[in-house]
Amino acid sequence: MVRTTSVTAEEVALSTLEEPGHAMDPEAVVVGERNIEGRSLSQIAWGRLRKDKVALTGAFFIVFLVTVALLAPLIVKVTGGPPDEYHQDLLDMALGGVPNGFFGGMSWAHPMGLEVGNGRDIFSRVLYGARISLLIAILATTVSVVIGTVVGVVAGFFGGWVDAVLSRVMDVFLAFPLLVFAIALSGVFPNEAFGLEGLPLRLALLVFVIGFFNWPYIGRIVRGQTLSLREREYVEAARSLGARRPYILFTELLPNLIAPILVYATLTIPTNILFEAALSFLGVGVPPPTASWGEMLSSAVDSYTALHFMFWPGLAIFLTVLAFNLFGDGLRDAFDPKSSR
Amino acid sequence: MPTSVISYIIRRLLAAVGLVVVISMITFAIFYLLPRLAGASPETLATRYVGRAATADTVRVTAERLGFYDPLYVQYWDWLKGVVLGTTIDTGAGTVQCPAPCLGYSFRNQEPVTPQVLDRLPVSFSLAIGAAVLWLIVGLSVGILSALRRGSFFDRAAMTFALAGVSMPIFWTGLVALAIFSYQLGITPPGGSYTPFTENPVQWAYGLLLPWITLALLFSAQYARLTRAGMLETMGEDYIRTARAKGLRERTVVTKHGLRAALTPIVTIFGLDFGLLIGSAVLTETAFGLPGLGQMAVDATGSNDLPQVLGVVLLIAVFVAVANLVVDLLYAVIDPRVRTR
Repeated sequence: MVRTTSVTAEEVALSTLEEPGHAMDPEAVVVGERNIEGRSLSQIAWGRLRKDKVALTGAFFIVFLVTVALLAPLIVKVTGGPPDEYHQDLLDMALGGVPNGFFGGMSWAHPMGLEVGNGRDIFSRVLYGARISLLIAILATTVSVVIGTVVGVVAGFFGGWVDAVLSRVMDVFLAFPLLVFAIALSGVFPNEAFGLEGLPLRLALLVFVIGFFNWPYIGRIVRGQTLSLREREYVEAARSLGARRPYILFTELLPNLIAPILVYATLTIPTNILFEAALSFLGVGVPPPTASWGEMLSSAVDSYTALHFMFWPGLAIFLTVLAFNLFGDGLRDAFDPKSSR
Repeated sequence: MPTSVISYIIRRLLAAVGLVVVISMITFAIFYLLPRLAGASPETLATRYVGRAATADTVRVTAERLGFYDPLYVQYWDWLKGVVLGTTIDTGAGTVQCPAPCLGYSFRNQEPVTPQVLDRLPVSFSLAIGAAVLWLIVGLSVGILSALRRGSFFDRAAMTFALAGVSMPIFWTGLVALAIFSYQLGITPPGGSYTPFTENPVQWAYGLLLPWITLALLFSAQYARLTRAGMLETMGEDYIRTARAKGLRERTVVTKHGLRAALTPIVTIFGLDFGLLIGSAVLTETAFGLPGLGQMAVDATGSNDLPQVLGVVLLIAVFVAVANLVVDLLYAVIDPRVRTR
């Protein structure tokens, strides 16, 4: 199994070499195989991306966020303690449980203040919310990418009635009231199913619902790319040399689809983060008491006088989505041969 | 009217009806089939309609009456017949007439779904139409200006704002706007204030002002990005150079040649967005407490009222199909090439 993979990797490198439109540095050929691969489209894209300060800022924020999310249990030991610990002694019960102090009781121990009513530490909950948000968004994006790529490649590669049927399916999906549908679906699902229950079932369901409804966007792009790649000269050359369909599919087409798939996967993650937050906000996403950004906002609705309560989780969603959008836009420009940057 | 136009219109009509039927089938299958696959028996489904305290006998009778023992296609057919012809519903305590577009009977609220849905429609429609007017004006003009002054300070500032705009969760923007403008400053009315247009148009607009602006903010950002990209692409076309070369004024070149081509794809997207928005402005409705269709879907999901959920989803599908149809027909007017296709 391992052997086969490494062989394909070599073939990938070779096929990118043969491909027209790639910058071929005469020096690189001499230096050896690794460098030839290095001068491929991804090398050019990386060169462009490195100069794109805005995209890099986004990337740094993403790396920072992932690190912080992974280290959350350690970080909260230093600050406000676990996300489900109540600090009711710091609340002003005469005012209906509003925390004492400036902007929700900001302090070194509670950098973002406390929740109104039950006094859980907002900073800890935002950190733990990042774990849930990123986990669901990334897994859901994987689901979308897998379905979208398979359907898109099949539609584009086989064409004819297969393409016609699959394209109609994608059209129907795009005309679907997705949010209402996802709400309803998450709501009617039983509490125990497929051998799962409680939080794992809800998470699996969220990943499925979000991933399943977003695949047509990637599917359409992959289909379009496959259609245009299929007619390229090098594919025709392979065909005339007697290459079979699987060979053309896996060695000639798929490697060239990786760039657009990567770009749109990056741009799907923020959409999915917003989707998850929306579902949790409406009460059909991540069930309380598990901390998620959407759930935090929905509990902040009732205490609109305490601005800090809705400010932090919202800011977390906004910055995360913005970072992914900036990075995704930069990635697209970097891979775009028409881009002048 | 030439026959080609008539046949075009008929084909589009059939496609619209087909879309609605397909969506209703998928919706039906998912709501009634998926719980079964996940392990729910007809009795479990029926329990939702009679309450948990009911005896096993009552549950079985209810399941029988609701047709839960029938195969799925029979259930679907009965439901579809009800939509087209109307039906009589046995509520257990008596029978209820449900005239022609009968979307089912809500056993929770003890009344047919159709009038309840129609009750909510004006709210959703008011929200969508006001926001659409705002976002078209703002989004298109910002997009066009940005494209014409590419790279200028205005362009960069506007695009930064637009990217920030699409990255903000709408329910957060809504909540913060409500907290600031309604509760802190008192300029706009508090959440949940909807006055029907027929009762008092001024009060109607005043109550919806903040939801409109919030919703329009998100869509303006999207449309500004789309318009800018579209304009940049068309302004680079050869026929624009030709138009300039033959000495047309720049204004004529931009409006008659550039804008017209750039706007055509935006018309399509607008049709889809507007159709979807009528039922899918769930988040805005929830944030501002507006009793619209989306809010109804959320409430119905919360109380497990399947017929209501199904009714809302179908109605939204109808709106999407109608909006698509209108766009298609408009195309036949705008673009004569479409008719021959």
